[in-house]
Amino acid sequence: MALKLHGSAMSTSTSLVIICLHEKEVDFELVPVDLFAGEQKQPHFLAKNPFGQVPVLEDGDLTLFESRAISAYIAEKFKETGYDLLRHQNLQEAALVKVWMEVESQQFHPAIAPIVYQFYVVPLKGVSPDQAIIDDNLEKLGKVLDIYEARLSSTKYLAGDFYSLADLHHLPYTCYLMKTTAASVINERPHVKAWWEDISCRPVSKKAAEGMTFGEKCTLKIKALLL
Amino acid sequence: MAAPVKVYGPTLSTAVSRVLACLIEKDVDFQLIPINMSKGEHKKPDFIKMQPFGQVPAFQDESISLFESRAICRYICDKYADKGNKELYGTNPLAKASIDQWLEAEGQSFNPPSGALVFQLAFAPRMKIPQDEGLIKQNQEKLGKVLDVYERRLGESRFLAGDEFSLADLSHLPNTQYLVAGTDRGELFTSRKNVGRWWSEISSRESWKKVVQMQKSG
Repeated sequence: MALKLHGSAMSTSTSLVIICLHEKEVDFELVPVDLFAGEQKQPHFLAKNPFGQVPVLEDGDLTLFESRAISAYIAEKFKETGYDLLRHQNLQEAALVKVWMEVESQQFHPAIAPIVYQFYVVPLKGVSPDQAIIDDNLEKLGKVLDIYEARLSSTKYLAGDFYSLADLHHLPYTCYLMKTTAASVINERPHVKAWWEDISCRPVSKKAAEGMTFGEKCTLKIKALLL
Repeated sequence: MAAPVKVYGPTLSTAVSRVLACLIEKDVDFQLIPINMSKGEHKKPDFIKMQPFGQVPAFQDESISLFESRAICRYICDKYADKGNKELYGTNPLAKASIDQWLEAEGQSFNPPSGALVFQLAFAPRMKIPQDEGLIKQNQEKLGKVLDVYERRLGESRFLAGDEFSLADLSHLPNTQYLVAGTDRGELFTSRKNVGRWWSEISSRESWKKVVQMQKSG
């Protein structure tokens, strides 16, 4: 029975899992969740994820939420197929993948998420982005990326000289950031920029980026809803 | 015989105590090397080599050098799977997936507001930093909503990920300990029947009592 992924291709967290599934060459069905209609807060969805967020994975009797837990589950279950995202045959490499996955989760994500939120979500409510919040978080993100710059000048990717789940986890939010003026925070750091160009040019990454259209086609639909 | 693993950091740090609790649950010998943060030891070059973000803990197991407490805990559970509490990170993929799910919920939803409250209510006064009432109120509300989800979950399940104590529950111990034992906001937890029951169970574990003892004598 194929896996079912409940979510939206334009959502960063859903996209993260989609990219992982494609890299592992695993078949799945994307079951759309209408975020703009608030479907994720409806009782039938809360029964799957009580936090009311996408995505949710269904694999037989298993129901799983939290995109990073889902991607780790997929990368582990299908470790023998597709690209080796976890380096499971080398204890040291596997440990470093885990470290840099937590760095994304605890250092990178808290700084980049509010910036993307200001650029993409806030305008949908008819409000201008808060420049103070953007500037404050760009400063934080800049400090994190200074450390990435140093790291990536000694290794090609974050966990070592191999692409891994740790790099993959950075794709969705950075994809959205790169379409804004805040892209300079990546472009100003040569090793970070080269790393970004590499990981975003993987065929699977490019394919997922095509679905990341938040703020584009849906703007008209949102305006219609707001009127 | 393998040398004990090394943990660098003060016992009072929530992230350090997370790793210590895991090591004790797994019955893994360790050496704690104190880092004096008020003297800036965590920003010195020798420490930055181990932890480029200048935060505690740092961890070494023979030639492997790691950081980020949750990554360290997962590594300990995987490498020492047959030691101590074998159920801590699940003994099959489905159990492990559920534990990872709630460990992520801790990291993404529980930690930000509870961590902010720990800083504002427990650390800021000690560091003579003025408290931010607005931030306290905001994070209390956020934490309350997360604990409402936990209240429902813990009415259906003894522990977060299932019937067994796991790394997911363990990860909540450090921040909650401060809030319940070190501030006047403990009722966020104790006023919720199932959350209160769960807190009482997990904080009574021998491993956590040992960590609290280390914090008191450290």
